[in-house]
Amino acid sequence: MELYMSLAIGVLFTVGVYLVLSKSLLRIILGTSLLTHGVHLLLLTMSRLKTGAAPLLGQKAESYVDPLPQALILTSIVISFGVTSFFFVLAYKAYQKLGTDDMEQLRGEENE
Amino acid sequence: MYLLHLVIILPFIFALGSLFVSKVKQHIHTGWFILPAPILIFIYFVLRLPEVRNGEQLTASVPWMPSLGVNFTVYLDGLSLLFALLISGVGSLVILYSIFYLNKRKEAIAQFYIYLLLFMGAMLGVVLSDNLIVLYGFWELTSISSFLLIAFWHQRERSRYGALKSMLITVFGGLAMLSGFLLLYVITGTFSIRGISANVSTIAEHSLFVPAMLLVLLGAFTKSAQFPFHIWLPDAMEAPTPVSAYLHSATMVKAGLYLVARLSPIFAGEAGWFWLVSGTGILTLIYGSYRALKQTDLKSMLAFSTISQLGLIMSLLGLGSAAAIYSDTGASLFYVKATMAGIFHLINHAVFKGALFMVVGIVDHETGTRDIRKLGGLMSVMPVTFSIALIGTFSMAGLPPFNGFLSKEMFFTAVLNIMEMDVLNMQFLGIVFPVIAWIASIFTFIYSMLLLFKTFTGQQFDKLEKKPHEAPLGMLLPPVVLAALAVVFGLFPNLLSYTLIEPAMAAIHPTMLVPGQQFDAAIHIWHGWTTEVFMTLGVVAAGIVFYRLHHRVKLLHQPLFSGITLNKSYDGGLNLLDKAAKGLTDRYMTGSIRHYSMYIFVFLIVSITVTMGGSSNIRFDFSEFAPMSLYEAVVIFALIVSVIAVAFAHTRMMAIILTGTAGYMVTLFFVIFRAPDLALTQMIVETVSVTLFLLCFYHLPKLKKEIESMRFILPNLIIALGVGGVMTLLALSASSSRSFDSISDFFIKESYNLAGGKNIVNVILVDFRGFDTMLEIVVLSIASYAIYALIRLKLVHEGHPVRRG
Repeated sequence: MELYMSLAIGVLFTVGVYLVLSKSLLRIILGTSLLTHGVHLLLLTMSRLKTGAAPLLGQKAESYVDPLPQALILTSIVISFGVTSFFFVLAYKAYQKLGTDDMEQLRGEENE
Repeated sequence: MYLLHLVIILPFIFALGSLFVSKVKQHIHTGWFILPAPILIFIYFVLRLPEVRNGEQLTASVPWMPSLGVNFTVYLDGLSLLFALLISGVGSLVILYSIFYLNKRKEAIAQFYIYLLLFMGAMLGVVLSDNLIVLYGFWELTSISSFLLIAFWHQRERSRYGALKSMLITVFGGLAMLSGFLLLYVITGTFSIRGISANVSTIAEHSLFVPAMLLVLLGAFTKSAQFPFHIWLPDAMEAPTPVSAYLHSATMVKAGLYLVARLSPIFAGEAGWFWLVSGTGILTLIYGSYRALKQTDLKSMLAFSTISQLGLIMSLLGLGSAAAIYSDTGASLFYVKATMAGIFHLINHAVFKGALFMVVGIVDHETGTRDIRKLGGLMSVMPVTFSIALIGTFSMAGLPPFNGFLSKEMFFTAVLNIMEMDVLNMQFLGIVFPVIAWIASIFTFIYSMLLLFKTFTGQQFDKLEKKPHEAPLGMLLPPVVLAALAVVFGLFPNLLSYTLIEPAMAAIHPTMLVPGQQFDAAIHIWHGWTTEVFMTLGVVAAGIVFYRLHHRVKLLHQPLFSGITLNKSYDGGLNLLDKAAKGLTDRYMTGSIRHYSMYIFVFLIVSITVTMGGSSNIRFDFSEFAPMSLYEAVVIFALIVSVIAVAFAHTRMMAIILTGTAGYMVTLFFVIFRAPDLALTQMIVETVSVTLFLLCFYHLPKLKKEIESMRFILPNLIIALGVGGVMTLLALSASSSRSFDSISDFFIKESYNLAGGKNIVNVILVDFRGFDTMLEIVVLSIASYAIYALIRLKLVHEGHPVRRG
């Protein structure tokens, strides 16, 4: 399972980076969002998958999965949500104001 | 604080004072208030003569940074005293001269004297310091004050150019010298010059000894305008003439000579030192004297003359270091004669060159030009100036009965002596030194005569700006004093030899003498029909012939290498550096965010690949991996397909929806992998973001571009595949090896006992690691405030932000 997860993470990173390198501002943000998914799955995979029950003590199981990465990922999800929404609004305003979302056209002036 | 310290500080105190004096007492020239400083210092040092002559060494120390071994230690021996007397003596005369040279209404004289006093104090600090770091500090202060003085008329472009050039070159040398000093510290563990020379025999074996020597020499050569670092000196002639007389003939350019002489006890035994110092010196001598012939501007001529004379002294110091190679034999005293000649000529040069610069200043002041082609026939109008110039130039040319004659004779003696040296390949190369010395003396003779006769004899030109007349007395007095000294030292050289030269030699060759013995520094004005006398006669004869032929021999007055000159290479080098730096920056700072991201990703790929490839701890062990069911396979497949489809989406709406799909697949994974809280949160977050994205971009006007699907760019794909591959390998290796047990066992065991909660993830979030959660809430609130501000803040068109409500 970890092997296939690793491959999926690789695909998430590949497409994420490819989008980040594109010209459209929107696609760059979508790329960061895919990169975030990749990182979350990476965190989860690195602590071994399916080694026990969900981390709820009420289950009275023999073993539980590692709860610490889950806590870390939860924090990360919330933070990346905040950042992504801010970026989106920023992109939206830039688009409204400048009339383009092409990064090549958003370049700074010479000798700025 | 001791008296010796006070002497160094005194000019700085006066510099501060002159600022107030120039404001308060405007009807009196500030120079008069400054004049006591160098005179007091001069008197102090004259009074120290008997003590130093008896071999007493005055030393005083004030702790500055004791933990780093840096103390303000001053130390007065023969060599320091000689330089201190030169600095304060010539300094007094130059200040007197400048009072009459600079107009107090037209010039910024307060600045002038502040810079000049800064320089004087710094120069005294250089020659009196025992601590290398303190010496370096004063050394750089001389560079800075010289920079300020050269650019004194900062409205002129040439002044600024000259100042910048001298700054770049001398500071370059100064930094090299600092590294040399630090290497010496690494070798010996002390910054004290006396401390280093005390255990010289042990440090000569050290591997850093030669690098230290080269770096220190680089500093000395740049400061003393040795070939090829001499190029700053002719351009420094844009400074006011008193500055040229003081800094660029008598004092600052001799700082390098001082350093070479001061560190001779440390380095002199090294063959490289002998070759570099004497070779560079002799090369500078011939080059400078040759170039001086071609100048038409009096100050440039004197500048090249200074360069050549500095080369002469430098080569003599180098030849004198041969004595250390022959230490413990009688022959060493034979070579010490070269050092004696060097010191004697150093004094002589300061005397006659100071006088000549002042003469040129007078000529410039009274006629309005320094161009040798426009001048002539001033002898009858300016008889005193002419007499001074005659003494100065004859002394420079090495004619009796002036002091230059004696030092030139001693120079010839030294180069003839060196022919008899039988080590370091000298049996073959020995003849080179006398030949070059002789030819350079002929050149020196010719330009000295040109300087004198082209200016003062012949036809008087009518085109001069002013009607020439004799200079005021105050302006004449300093050069008269110097010219008188030139005659006195010429007729009674032993005045100097017993008082100054012997202690200075004792400082340069400390190990050469048994206690109580003294160098035989008697200088005889007539020493019989020796080879040297015939060489001088030959110089005079050849010089007169060439002077007569001057107009017909092109070699003597036309530029020879106009194609490639050192100045052009310096300018070209600076230009090239400028262009290359700009070109390089323009090439990689493109302004395109895509390029910058590419640099970052490429660096990421390379660094991780190299680290993983080089590490022996990376292993891939698939044995403990969990099995996969069909259901999971379907979800993974769906995730991969939706993610890849994002890249091919034609419209941005499609791309947003596909990204959302990927997010829901991730939610499913959280379900599969027993993470219910994550699944809940991920689902909500994904829903909210997709809604937000769609809301935002549904209302945007459609532009032509946005319908276009992404263009395929191969480098992007390669980099993306690289990052993906690297992350896959990272995930595999991380999940297949675990060095330590997880600390999660603690959380699982104690979640209920300590925190009273059964949902372990939530207990971690709010109890065990509650700080994370608090700050994450802060992040969310900042993001929401920022979004609010972005939406509410209206920007008007011209870019002026307007606050609303």
